Amino acid sequence: MTLARVIGTVVSTVKHPVLTGRKLLIVKPLDADGNPAGKSMVAMDTVQSGTGDTVLVIDEGNSARSVIGEVMAPVRTVIVGIVDSYERYTTEDGAKSE
Amino acid sequence: MKLAEVIGTVVASHKVDSLEGVKLLYVQPLDEKGKPAGDPVVACDMVQAGVGDRVLFEGGREAALALANWFNPSDATVMAIVDSAESES
Repeated sequence: MTLARVIGTVVSTVKHPVLTGRKLLIVKPLDADGNPAGKSMVAMDTVQSGTGDTVLVIDEGNSARSVIGEVMAPVRTVIVGIVDSYERYTTEDGAKSE
Repeated sequence: MKLAEVIGTVVASHKVDSLEGVKLLYVQPLDEKGKPAGDPVVACDMVQAGVGDRVLFEGGREAALALANWFNPSDATVMAIVDSAESES
């Protein structure tokens, strides 16, 4: 799982049946300092998250299919949690550790 | 899934049996601002998208699952036509 921020929404009418009734959000991964970094992705929302939320994203097909409960769904990227808070510890010599 | 814009079509009359009847599109991946990001790819189409359309495409193993015959060698499949996409940044 990766930490990401929800930065937008996508609306689509003509789409694969598996996407019907599902919310699609644009998410951008966060780096170790919590800043948006890397390529944005469009993820299927399963936890009613919204723009600005920090979320947990899974970008792996088998996990995604188990989350939405459809064995053959062509889905890979899903939002599986809204992050309330997370901490990153710093050692005494100032070196950052995860 | 990733945002992309359809920039062309691809015709291949001789191809593997499992891709018979599948429309091929040339798509340019976009970033959240709608600017081109990365190199264009050829994607199978399952929503009858056309040139100029904003679309969502899935890559990897899931691209094959999106087609009617799931046992195929697709590594990118257009799964939705985007009506609107908004992002804050």
